[in-house]
Amino acid sequence: MTGPAILLLLAGLGAIAWVSARARALRLQTAARATGRRDAVHSLPGYHGWYVALWTLVPAAIFLAIWANVAPGLVTQSVLADPAAQSLPVDAFSRSAILGEARAIANGSQAGAFNPLSQGLVEPYAQALNKYGIAGAVLALVLAFAGGAFAFTRVRPDFRARTRVERLVMASLLIASLIAIITTLGIVASLLWESFRFFSMVNPIDFLFGTKWSPQSAAMGYGNDDAFGAVPLFWGTIFIGAIIAMIVAIPLGLMSAIYLTQYASPTVRKWMKPTLEMLAGVPTVVYGYFAALTIAPALRDFAVMIGIHGASSESALAAGLVMGVMIIPFVSSMADDSIAAVPQSMRDGSLAMGATTSETITRVLIPAALPGVVGGVLLAVSRAIGETMIVVMAAGLAANLTANPFASVTTVTTQIVQLLTGDQEFDSAKTLAAFALGLVLFIVTLLLNIVALRVVKKYREAYD
Amino acid sequence: MSTRNPTDWKSEAMRKRIAGRYAAERRFKFAGLFAVVLSASFLAFLLVTMMGNGLRGFTRTEIALKVDFPASPLLLDPKAITDEALANANLPMVTGTVAKTALGDKADALLSPTAWINIRDAIKADPTILSRTATISVPASTGLDLAAKSKGSPEMEAEVARLKQQGVLSTGFNFGFLTASDGTDPTQVGIWGAFKGSLLTMLVTLILSFPVGVATALYLEEYARKNWWTDIIEVSINNLAAVPSIIFGLLGLSIFLNLAHLPRSAALVGGMTLALMTMPVIVIAGRNAIKSVPPSIRDAALGIGASPVQVVFQHVLPLALPGILTGTIIGMARALGETAPLLMIGMRAFIATPPGGITDPATVLPVQIFLWSDEVSKGFVEKTSAAIIVLLAFLLAMNGLAIYLRNKFETRW
Repeated sequence: MTGPAILLLLAGLGAIAWVSARARALRLQTAARATGRRDAVHSLPGYHGWYVALWTLVPAAIFLAIWANVAPGLVTQSVLADPAAQSLPVDAFSRSAILGEARAIANGSQAGAFNPLSQGLVEPYAQALNKYGIAGAVLALVLAFAGGAFAFTRVRPDFRARTRVERLVMASLLIASLIAIITTLGIVASLLWESFRFFSMVNPIDFLFGTKWSPQSAAMGYGNDDAFGAVPLFWGTIFIGAIIAMIVAIPLGLMSAIYLTQYASPTVRKWMKPTLEMLAGVPTVVYGYFAALTIAPALRDFAVMIGIHGASSESALAAGLVMGVMIIPFVSSMADDSIAAVPQSMRDGSLAMGATTSETITRVLIPAALPGVVGGVLLAVSRAIGETMIVVMAAGLAANLTANPFASVTTVTTQIVQLLTGDQEFDSAKTLAAFALGLVLFIVTLLLNIVALRVVKKYREAYD
Repeated sequence: MSTRNPTDWKSEAMRKRIAGRYAAERRFKFAGLFAVVLSASFLAFLLVTMMGNGLRGFTRTEIALKVDFPASPLLLDPKAITDEALANANLPMVTGTVAKTALGDKADALLSPTAWINIRDAIKADPTILSRTATISVPASTGLDLAAKSKGSPEMEAEVARLKQQGVLSTGFNFGFLTASDGTDPTQVGIWGAFKGSLLTMLVTLILSFPVGVATALYLEEYARKNWWTDIIEVSINNLAAVPSIIFGLLGLSIFLNLAHLPRSAALVGGMTLALMTMPVIVIAGRNAIKSVPPSIRDAALGIGASPVQVVFQHVLPLALPGILTGTIIGMARALGETAPLLMIGMRAFIATPPGGITDPATVLPVQIFLWSDEVSKGFVEKTSAAIIVLLAFLLAMNGLAIYLRNKFETRW
């Protein structure tokens, strides 16, 4: 019996349980009311229906989830006990290959066998699959019936079905909220574990402070020493994300926010604010393509024209400029919020003393809003250094330690993509290095966020 | 004791000073305007560039090829047209020969290398054409296509002029771009495969992230007590919202693929990874929406005897739903444009058939854009931009829907 059929059958059973339990509760409660004992009725009939339906479905569903994990092992065991399995090779790898092929043929996802040994195993496999499939289905149905019957006998006019159902609802809400914690733990655990494996091959000091990055040479067998120095990557990330992008984004974002909040007419603000926010909604792959196709060649031609040596068509400047444009809305909306949070009385006081609007802004509003603006910039930096597609497409792969914006530099995210795509042998230092880089990126963005949020919060409290 | 003299505002120095301050004011205001205009014009520049390149990607140059089947070296029995017979008929070679007679010696460079597929389909649709001369529209080569639409090499420009004189050249809307999948020949590729992959991935993301996100938001906003446990949940959600997307890709790679052995490149794993990314967005939007439902509603419901669960599910949730949906759509739009985490879980494979289900190898629109942008052939430039236009159109539609929902259903209490 197939999975979808069982699920459909269970759903049908659940529906029947709901309808019949609801009808029974309604009848019993009407009878109870007729005798004049109104206080003996507790839950609405629908809650009785849900109570019985849940007792029918939940135990069976839990059983099926466990069974789906246990059954393949039982099937393999019974196949190995078959006389046809005696001739299998001893070594585990070819053994599991043959078993996998036989399984694929038995469940119909593969037509014929490449290995004659697996052909002989198809019959036992199909039998075992069938046997355990039927066993699982029968057990699930028995559980559903048992659960439903147990719950059905509890339907009484005064049974507190609603309380029970609500308890389950609350439990599922709590479980849902745990998923965020599990995800965070999953990220930390997977990054730490793979990084730990990496650092057992490469010295962490060499990784954090080495200046030579050439994982290819390590993969080709020249040894892991001296190949995983990540400083050029860190520099490239800071150069593009924290320097060039911010030189573009801070003035443009800040001045846009000031103009739109302090000078622009309501109509202009109504139209320009969403327009600028569209910049944040454009997918990064589009920015990357734009940077690589339009901006980078133009910048290279410009660099050649003014006679700069080492101009590359994959320049740090192209990636940084486009990334800066992408960041403008973040800086702008953070600046907007912080300026709006400055008390109106400070603004009025300054204007009343005869200061012009620009003097009020530069000498009163911005100094007062500075912590918020700084926090916003830190958040923007954390977003910029974690950004991937723009740098993958527009920045280069050469790990240069240079301050020439027209030269090619590489970043942490570019290298993560580079190391993990293509050939995948999961035990080499080359692929594990990506997780170590990911760990560094995770820690840095986390710290930036914590500091930024703390700065913003402190400053808010000062004016509240 | 010095006497205080009133400022002489009429004096030369004072006038100069005030003029200077007003000039500074004008300069400052102009700088602000300049920043806004510069940012907006960058957006306009980006969109115009994509439109300029991409609109051509929706059209295709075709050559009306006159095929004299009886005279061609094609050996096919009109009564027994099977897929196998067509596959054995060596159509690519026959097409080459036919094209040489019709278009001259340079025909190889004029026709798309996959032009024979159109001839095969024509024979399949109507086997009787084998006994006569038929005119079949076949796609032109990339070089000719570029020359016909915009700028190509001088030889191709000359060919375009010659073919135009013969009246066999036409440019029409390329329906294949919307119905085909990835390929090696830019004249034959389409976005349907990637689009279907995106739809399946988004479906998985929505099914996983929406219930969990709403449930978490309800729990935190309505039931959770203020204690260290709740603080941990809140901190993890806020952190997850700020974690770079590529880190989610690393998580998907090491947990979903290497630990749980789920299928590589599949919409299932892509959707699960994106769901983890989208969930915090839904939780944060959901909490704000729930927070904005006034307490009087809760008090009224509690007052007439509703249980806490009934208050939330029958009163608070329906009122907060427009806000939650707006946040969900915005989160889904972000997930739709996401590329980096999907590269990590292997969705960058070359996949020429649309996925049949969530466990089949698939690719998504942004990844398809990334893959095409790496192609060497010049014909892919306009295809990449055309795919970008499709993606942007969808994002715009989703955000427009979110704004519409917000304006239509948002209640100001």
